[in-house]
Amino acid sequence: MAKWMSVAQIKEKIGESSAEEVTASYLEVIGKSKINGYVTVSDKALEQAKKIDVEGHDGPLAGVPIAIKDNISVVGLPNSCGSKILEGYVPPFNAHVIEKLLAAGAVVLGKTNMDEFAMGSSTETSHFGPTANPWDLERVPGGSSGGSAAVVAAGEAPFALGSDTGGSVRCPAAFCGVVGLKPTYGAVSRYGVVAYANSLEQVGPLANNVEDIAVLMDVIAGYDRKDSTSIDSKTEYRKALVDDVKGLKIGIPQEFFGEGIHPDVEKAVWNAIHKYESLGATWKEVSMPNIKYALASYYIIAMSEASSNLARFDGTRYGFRESGENWHTMVSKTRAEGFGTEVKRRILLGTYALSAGYHDKYYLKALKVRTLVKQDFDKALSAVDLLMAPTMPNPAFRIGEKIEDPLTLYLSDVNTCPINLAGVPSISVPCGFTDGLPIGLQIMGKPFDEPTVLRAAYTFEQNTDYHIKRPPEVA
Amino acid sequence: MAYENPDGIRIGLEIHVQLNKLKTKMFCGCSTDYHNAAPNTHTCPVCLGLPGALPVLNKKAVEAAIKVGLALEGEIAEETQFHRKNYFYPDLPKGFQVTQYDYPIVGKGKVVIEGEDGEHVVGITRAHLEEDPGKLVHIGSIEKSKGVLIDYNRSGMPLIETVTEPDMRSPKEARRFLDKFRNILEYLDVFDGNLEGAMRVDANVSVYWGTRVEVKNISSHKGVERALLYEIMRQKNVIRRGGKITQETRHFDEGRGVTISMRTKEEAEDYRYFREPDLMPMRVTGWIPAIKETLPELPDAKRARFIEQYSITDMHARALTSKIMLADFYEGVCAKGVDPKTAATWAADVFLGELNYRDLAISSYDGKTIGFIHAKDPAVENSFKVSDMVELVTLFAEGKVSDRAAVEVIRIILDGTEEKTPSQIIEEKGLFKAEDDLVTRAVAETIAENTAAVQDYIGGAEKSLNFLVGQVMKKTKGTADAKTARELIVKELKG
Ligand SMILES: [Zn+2]
Repeated sequence: MAKWMSVAQIKEKIGESSAEEVTASYLEVIGKSKINGYVTVSDKALEQAKKIDVEGHDGPLAGVPIAIKDNISVVGLPNSCGSKILEGYVPPFNAHVIEKLLAAGAVVLGKTNMDEFAMGSSTETSHFGPTANPWDLERVPGGSSGGSAAVVAAGEAPFALGSDTGGSVRCPAAFCGVVGLKPTYGAVSRYGVVAYANSLEQVGPLANNVEDIAVLMDVIAGYDRKDSTSIDSKTEYRKALVDDVKGLKIGIPQEFFGEGIHPDVEKAVWNAIHKYESLGATWKEVSMPNIKYALASYYIIAMSEASSNLARFDGTRYGFRESGENWHTMVSKTRAEGFGTEVKRRILLGTYALSAGYHDKYYLKALKVRTLVKQDFDKALSAVDLLMAPTMPNPAFRIGEKIEDPLTLYLSDVNTCPINLAGVPSISVPCGFTDGLPIGLQIMGKPFDEPTVLRAAYTFEQNTDYHIKRPPEVA
Repeated sequence: MAYENPDGIRIGLEIHVQLNKLKTKMFCGCSTDYHNAAPNTHTCPVCLGLPGALPVLNKKAVEAAIKVGLALEGEIAEETQFHRKNYFYPDLPKGFQVTQYDYPIVGKGKVVIEGEDGEHVVGITRAHLEEDPGKLVHIGSIEKSKGVLIDYNRSGMPLIETVTEPDMRSPKEARRFLDKFRNILEYLDVFDGNLEGAMRVDANVSVYWGTRVEVKNISSHKGVERALLYEIMRQKNVIRRGGKITQETRHFDEGRGVTISMRTKEEAEDYRYFREPDLMPMRVTGWIPAIKETLPELPDAKRARFIEQYSITDMHARALTSKIMLADFYEGVCAKGVDPKTAATWAADVFLGELNYRDLAISSYDGKTIGFIHAKDPAVENSFKVSDMVELVTLFAEGKVSDRAAVEVIRIILDGTEEKTPSQIIEEKGLFKAEDDLVTRAVAETIAENTAAVQDYIGGAEKSLNFLVGQVMKKTKGTADAKTARELIVKELKG
């Protein structure tokens, strides 16, 4: 059975054979995996697929398999967030997006590897070891949704869900040569998604093509009364898939092409912009002067929220527990043993930033910068329809290359995290290669204007062939 | 005359009240009716703080808070939001409590209490919404506990925390404030004070206008008064011995009646407040007019109306309106056409007195029957019917029973287990007021049988008259009217 099928092709295949056969073929590919993309393969996937064959299902994803990032709750499957501290924890409830997927007939193949609690850009901080980039097994797949991007790129799942707090969907999408969308804040329910930084993150789809992103969004997006920050934008995502960018105004923010950008990345992105021009769009440079403060603001806010979000992992109710002579020592030992270095670093920095005496200097200032960054986006997007820039300034780096140097790692989020501060939608689509490694083009839009973002991405895809290139090592 | 507050006492209170009349918890759909349930049966991913669960604000809790705010004559915030208060404790499943910080739902307000020198205004600083943590159950005593069990049934219960200005000048005023405050909440039908853990108080107290000390987590009104009395005495003693009061937090040991130091200001925790990102800021201005419509008549207004409408004394009106259910019961009795003044005497003086004597707390009123539970043992229940009170007051007003016999009937009903009407009880116990000829006969017999006492009385020993009246009462089994008996004896011997 062919790897890298689109959802439409899978549905055709199911019609010819069965959902069970399709799922079995994916499980077979997963069984031979070289990338350590999954941390749990569902033992109920075949059963689920069989049930759809037997009982029939008229949902838009009837029998279509999907991979889920390991911080999105699925009943019956461990939800470890790449951490030892959640060892043995199996959620008794489904995330809202899972409820929606199951109702649509999707079959959950398993849970994918990630940076511990989504804290990282390389999937190296996972308790379950790093995931390899299918384009070069020595390199990282990006992060934190590295597992989701890698299994899609390797043909181990047609599409996947990730989560994006500061670039965690778009970064691995760019590194693995797949499409990844960070929806507008509020477009998708966060209920059941383990929080890293609540005010920044969204669940986002990863797929081999833009159409499948839209298909997934039509299923998972919308208001959920269990998530007070969710909004019903009534967007019809698939309807946006029109191969036409005539008259579209594109803004190019210089601030996203800063120092340290790889020349091939810069070239590939400009080629893409010129491609749009040739298809009838216009472009102009725009200025976003506060972008240079975004990274610092992002990390302070994310770490502050994380320091509070992760307080619940104390060994009292679920997950890993180290013994101690009293509750306080038990909690200290559990957290010391259960969390990895990067998570501890972020909890400590976040705690510090929120502490009396530092709160105004760091946390409040970061919030002010966030407002300024938002204003930059508002202003830029009032003059143009979309913004375009490189998703990542560089292609995938080697496993182990940056892990000892957290600051350098943090810097790799420089082009993705401003989007989360502003809450706007952003997609990464493949736009070229350098030394056999994929390059991602980032397309950013106005809040809830996913249709324009998707239309531009779709048009680019229809007029280029980067998205049909496959990693030779896993082919 | 104005109260001079000779010891410069200032008391401020922080009162945590469970909005336990709401059907569901603060941020989830779990039922609030957990008091008789097995541990951890009223929980869900949200109130257990499971990873990924998100809070959804209970709008009814916000409405209740606005009601409370309006009743406290407080300013209702135009925009309100929630914050996280971060600290580690086993009863706190998320490692933070969702509460309000710089945007409380209720701002400055006031409550008028019966103070040391008449009406006294206690300022309200603010009131805000928050969630209750779970409950720790120690295996054995706290000191020698072998372990702790956690019950998260209480976790996520809606609380309103009200902070007062340090306007109370004595423990008695603090107690009066709490009584009034509880009364207001019960009028608003947002709170049932009889449930365990429903109200917890932190008291700030200073003497000689000095440094304040906080006494934390006191669970009863009486406890607050006792804790404050002890703490004021302790502070005065420290100063008398030349010591200084340090700003600290103390714990009240209810058993021993003393306060014990928990931590000093330097050890104060840093809660790292920040806005709860999972809940959106909320504008409630638009809700206020509709909520105002639903506000019931509050205690002060009801008291004024009772005095006016039923021509009863301020004292009676105060007693009757001290509990919404008692006030309703009284009005239920009056509605049956009995004399409101007589009914007030019986309901406020006798009936309420007998309830207090028995430690019974009014817990329900359904328009026909008022119910009570024992303050210390909620399993002990009893009730009293409006119709019984009407019957009794009528019999008394018609002169068919003596006041002593009527009191006896109330006692029998309160202590009894059988359902009997006052008439049935009076019949069975022979409590009908004795006919006059019966008394006349008893007087004649008494005079004949007690010649010595009769001679003493005629000789000027007034005391002997009391003895003779007592004998008449004995012969009539207490059904005689004592005043009538006395008059008859005097008439017979000195007439
Ligand atoms: Zn609950």
